[in-house]
Amino acid sequence: MSDRKLDEETGVETTGHSWDGIEELNNPLPRWWLWTLYITIIWGIGYTIAYPAWPMISGATAGMKEWSTRGNVAQDIASHQEQNAELVTALLAAEMTVLREDADLNRYAVARGGAVFRAQCSQCHGSGAAGAVGYPNLLDNDWLWGGSMEAIIHTVRHGVRNDTDDDAHYSEMPAFADLLEKEEIAATIEYVLSLSKQEHDQTLVPIGAELFADNCSSCHGDAGLGDPDMGAPNLADAIWLYGGNRDALSYTIENARFGVMPAWGQRLSEEDVRAVSAYVHALGGGE
Amino acid sequence: MAFLDKHAILEKSPTLLLTASLLVVTIGGIVEIAPLFWLENTIEDVEGVRPYSPLELTGRDIYIREGCYTCHSQMIRPMRDEVERYGHYSLAAESKYDHPHQWGSKRTGPDVARVGGRYSDTWHVDHLMDPQSVVPESIMPKYAFLADAKIDGEHIEALLKTHRFVGVPYTDEQIASASADFKVQVDPDEDWDGLVERYPGAVVSNFDGQPELTEMDALIAYLQILGTMVDFSTFTPDASR
Repeated sequence: MSDRKLDEETGVETTGHSWDGIEELNNPLPRWWLWTLYITIIWGIGYTIAYPAWPMISGATAGMKEWSTRGNVAQDIASHQEQNAELVTALLAAEMTVLREDADLNRYAVARGGAVFRAQCSQCHGSGAAGAVGYPNLLDNDWLWGGSMEAIIHTVRHGVRNDTDDDAHYSEMPAFADLLEKEEIAATIEYVLSLSKQEHDQTLVPIGAELFADNCSSCHGDAGLGDPDMGAPNLADAIWLYGGNRDALSYTIENARFGVMPAWGQRLSEEDVRAVSAYVHALGGGE
Repeated sequence: MAFLDKHAILEKSPTLLLTASLLVVTIGGIVEIAPLFWLENTIEDVEGVRPYSPLELTGRDIYIREGCYTCHSQMIRPMRDEVERYGHYSLAAESKYDHPHQWGSKRTGPDVARVGGRYSDTWHVDHLMDPQSVVPESIMPKYAFLADAKIDGEHIEALLKTHRFVGVPYTDEQIASASADFKVQVDPDEDWDGLVERYPGAVVSNFDGQPELTEMDALIAYLQILGTMVDFSTFTPDASR
């Protein structure tokens, strides 16, 4: 080019632009930078050949490696299943009631169950399994629907009072606000308080006892010890699902409670159902 | 390089520069966006995805109004850890009737794409009233006021029509019965056969346990249907997608 201008100081070519007499040097790009650029371009071309890239009329080019996100995740899951295949097969074949006799398998089941529990169950039962008001504590030995391994597996698999599983546990306490007078409910509460040895009004207990025998004992038992076949809680201990003071008891008796648990057999694999049951059974209260 | 030296002509004429820039952006746009409109594999064909019932759609509006999407995504990515925690990865078809979609790109709370049926209605009520009462480590704010906000579905027909306008295939029958469907979904004692026929899989329940129809009912109705429409036991993924 004929209009090349050289900077007098450095002898480097200038761009020809001049601002108030200041001129811009036209130094070449550093070599390493330029070569990095060329290499990335070459790599980019290779990448679009190897992997899905170019949009065509009815789909994108598939790429030489036939890679896909979905194929990738399926492969990843399969490889993890393969690593655990032996233990999972053993877990599926195991007699769950005597799982503890096989220390290695038991350790695997409890660890796997713990992971399932924290992801799926902790929202209701708490990350430490101590429950919340309305959501049973799984650490104690007080069980609504039975605490044997089989009973726990059944509860996990089919759930409680849900509409999605025909084998779900079901029972329904009546709302006694429509069935008993206010005074009758008050007397029943005093009797229930006496069952769990809380402070109560002794004078109302005989009336309450009679009402309890007529209305409550068919599910909660004559002594108020509960019935795991009905999911009826034991009223003679200090463990309360919805609270054991006068206010909570009066709300429970007047309006009834209807705790629901989803059927996890519909969401979890069989090995996960078994594992999480083993975990819950091992928390301390398993029978 | 004589041709490249001509850029001075472009740079010195604003009109020309603007026209040329637009041309370049258009080419980029056509290459990136246009194929999505006719790529056969953008949305796979899956059975079961249906438009939201009137109550669910209202719940969805409440979800958006309260900004739930700022903490909860509705997009289970195809990765092993996500699939194990949340369930099957999300499919494009599952949000095809979402205007706008709620995929999200940030999670402060967990993903809710498959929260439907995972918890009981009572849990949702307890959790929305006071999240820490069931999940002590949660930082979610309380939404107890939803249980006091009564709704009557006054504009529900217009809402469905608006969604039909943007492409959701609501039938005339669905629009005509919108108001009735809106109310019957919280009343298991009424005749809700028509609702479930029009919206298969819709959960009918007095979601919030109160006699009145509230925003809490609508939001829980929406949450309980999320991610439950596709039966994945009959779904075979196309590996090319």
